[in-house]
Amino acid sequence: MTLATAPDGAGITPGAGARLGTVLSRLVRRPLALFGLAVIVIVVLAAVFAPLIAPFPPDEQLFEGLTLEGAPLPPDSTFLLGTDLLGRDLLSRLLYGARTSLIIGIVANGIAVAIGAMVGVSAGFFGGIVSGVLMRFTDLMMAFPALLLAIVLAAIFQPSLWIVALVIAMVNWTQIARVTYTETRSLAERDFVEAESAMGAGRTRILFRHIMPHLLPTIMVWATLGISTTVLLEATLSYLGIGVRPPIPSWGNIIFESQTYFTTAPWLVFFPGVAIILLALGFNLVGDALRDILDPTQKGRY
Amino acid sequence: MPDTPAAPDAPVLSVRDLTTEVATPEGRRVVVDRLSFDISAGETLCIAGESGSGKSMTALSIMRLLPQPMARIAGGSILLGGRDLAALGERDMRQVRGNDVAMIFQEPMTSLNPVLSIGHQLTEAIRVHRPMPAAEARNLAVKALAAVRIGEPERRLHQYPHELSGGMRQRVMIAMAISGSPKILIADEPTTALDVTVQAQILELIRSLQKDFGTAVILITHDMGVVAEMADRVIVMNGGAMVESGAARQIFHAPREEYTRMLLAAVPRLGAREATSGTAPPAPDGDGAVVTVSDLEVGFDIVGGLLRRPVQRVHAVEGISFDVRRGETLALVGESGCGKSTTGKALLNLVPWNGAITIDGMPIHGLGRTRMKPIRRTIQMIFQDPYASLDPRMTVGELVAEPLVIHGLATGSELADRVAWLFGRVGLSADQMQRHPHEFSGGQRQRVCIARALSLSPKVIVADESVSALDVSVQARVLALLQELQDEMGLSYIFISHDMAVVEQVSHRVAVMYLGQIVETGSRAQVFDDPRHPYTRRLLDAVLLPDPDRRRGHFPIADGEVPSPIHPVGEAPKRVAMTDLGQGHFVAG
Repeated sequence: MTLATAPDGAGITPGAGARLGTVLSRLVRRPLALFGLAVIVIVVLAAVFAPLIAPFPPDEQLFEGLTLEGAPLPPDSTFLLGTDLLGRDLLSRLLYGARTSLIIGIVANGIAVAIGAMVGVSAGFFGGIVSGVLMRFTDLMMAFPALLLAIVLAAIFQPSLWIVALVIAMVNWTQIARVTYTETRSLAERDFVEAESAMGAGRTRILFRHIMPHLLPTIMVWATLGISTTVLLEATLSYLGIGVRPPIPSWGNIIFESQTYFTTAPWLVFFPGVAIILLALGFNLVGDALRDILDPTQKGRY
Repeated sequence: MPDTPAAPDAPVLSVRDLTTEVATPEGRRVVVDRLSFDISAGETLCIAGESGSGKSMTALSIMRLLPQPMARIAGGSILLGGRDLAALGERDMRQVRGNDVAMIFQEPMTSLNPVLSIGHQLTEAIRVHRPMPAAEARNLAVKALAAVRIGEPERRLHQYPHELSGGMRQRVMIAMAISGSPKILIADEPTTALDVTVQAQILELIRSLQKDFGTAVILITHDMGVVAEMADRVIVMNGGAMVESGAARQIFHAPREEYTRMLLAAVPRLGAREATSGTAPPAPDGDGAVVTVSDLEVGFDIVGGLLRRPVQRVHAVEGISFDVRRGETLALVGESGCGKSTTGKALLNLVPWNGAITIDGMPIHGLGRTRMKPIRRTIQMIFQDPYASLDPRMTVGELVAEPLVIHGLATGSELADRVAWLFGRVGLSADQMQRHPHEFSGGQRQRVCIARALSLSPKVIVADESVSALDVSVQARVLALLQELQDEMGLSYIFISHDMAVVEQVSHRVAVMYLGQIVETGSRAQVFDDPRHPYTRRLLDAVLLPDPDRRRGHFPIADGEVPSPIHPVGEAPKRVAMTDLGQGHFVAG
């Protein structure tokens, strides 16, 4: 018997450690994915080390940060990205804002994906009354205007970073529920699932070993795509005064604070805008690459 | 160009050195390799070959419908009436399609637009090529439907594709194809997705239309029976290249090439059982039954209306009884919708049913997943489509190990040893265990499925159309493997199939199903040598023999829909009564 090729005792399946290693090594071999990964890593590092990197405290209104007429300064050698309306250093605010945006993006979207996937998968897998109740509730939530819902929720709870994240998650989970629901339903009718039943597999095994892995690519794409929309929703909420409270900077509230000065001080909108786009792009590129890598039928095709 | 009537032997289409390439991640791959042939008016040319032989790519090259941008014609010419189709622009080509060359495909459901009525699609096809008023096109459409022997053509115009059966849809496709009076009709596996009796009707139809219109037909098929039935001349292809070409008689009676001989030898032939099987009929002792089924009934409700109440009921299986003894193969044979697959699923409790089934002495009615689990060690199933029934995200090793893991029968190196043994047993190599199903061919995948079914050492295996998706040469090897396993382990098979020739090769006893009921049952010899029920005879008549000298000749074309097992709630189909003809041979009526 030839089992010498197998890294572990079983010889049927590659070990989990080996799998993670190959995924990473495959990821960095794709130039676009590598770029996306680099962007994410840079933003994360910037957020973590903001106090060390930032040239100024983010909330300090600097006297030399404004012109004599009281207008914000364009980028120069002192204020690398310029200053805002109150004379605060934009670069410092962006670095600290990365913390807010990342936390909101990852936490809010993480919760949304978790709730959405749980609802969608249960409804799709169990069908019948479970599916009826869960999906009609989802429809109800979808029919509710998202912003109105967010305003109501934010009014009930005192807005803080975590509450905002939770509010966004409450609004965003419905699409994910819909998508995973339909996909679970079609998976549950596939022949290999019936074959599993014929072998005597229990429902738990079928759900976790044969349905969930197939949903992973979809969930992965939503988890990454959703981060960009979440960052934007946070910005919208900030603009309405129910998002992250100033003076805590977030990329969204920086844009909305400055939007009326768009023509006279374009850098105030441009730089945070670029930051949001790059972060969203980074997550999208990595998400796309992960989806391809995790699908064994796509092996070697790109 | 001037419309000169062609001399009788002048080819309408002449293909020279046609070469088609497909781009793959590993680089360019030649899928059609310098193919040359001619076809004259009124002639039928069959291009025969197994999957991957390049036969469909040849058809798509002629139609210039190659998948873009992966595939392209890399060389050669396709001359039609002085024009080279290989060099024609897309705008001119659009005029050629339908007017000069028309094509029908394997799967009529996917070639018809599901949201447009038959009439809409048919008149549109007519008016694209010949601008005319809608009413006139409608008349032509009615004529075209009548030409393909569709009853009540006026009414059919208002129907949608899903309201028609597969055979009717294929006839609509043919009506569409002939509506432009093409010189050449290319039919790519036109009957592969259809039942045998329907296949016989479609072939008969193509033949009679050809006679009426003098169309040249290029028939692409993997089925040597269809070739023998239809072809004037035959081209055998393998790996993109022509292996052999010649008149049908020469190909079948005096094949020159080894590959052709192999292909012909692999075709299951009706009446050839004495030569192929050496199995003695099993001892007819009554207590040896591993499976007994009595009065099995399976129905599905069709809900409708505002309240989603059941309005109709599909009587998929309507009171059938049979038993299977140790080491015996019982074939359930019938056409699609006759309930044979549903019966197979009921045996594994995969659909709700009524009646009584015992597996190895254990009644299984109403058992839930947990209580059914130990019984699944006795009965296992092999599905029709090996690719669809294997989880594409798992390695084949994991897949074969799955039943052992589920039943907690082995772990660690014991599990690996057992899986490796199973791989060896079905003719796969153990170092393929870490690959995924998509890396295997169809035949290998079916071997994986067989290994998986065997892993629990069951006594009974339900094989649901398990070889019908495979090429004939692969099919023959898989059947041989199943036979070997039976001889060795004393397995019983419930072999579900629509193919009478295959059934004759493998079965000990046969049950013919029609509309959810068994209409005839008996030993293989009884059913094949002395078929009593008209439906059994019709099935046998529909089988094509791979011999151009023994063509079936005329096969009646039914002009309406086939009867259906769907009845309004409260009404039930009439149960047939079985007459005992002695020695286990029963026939309905």
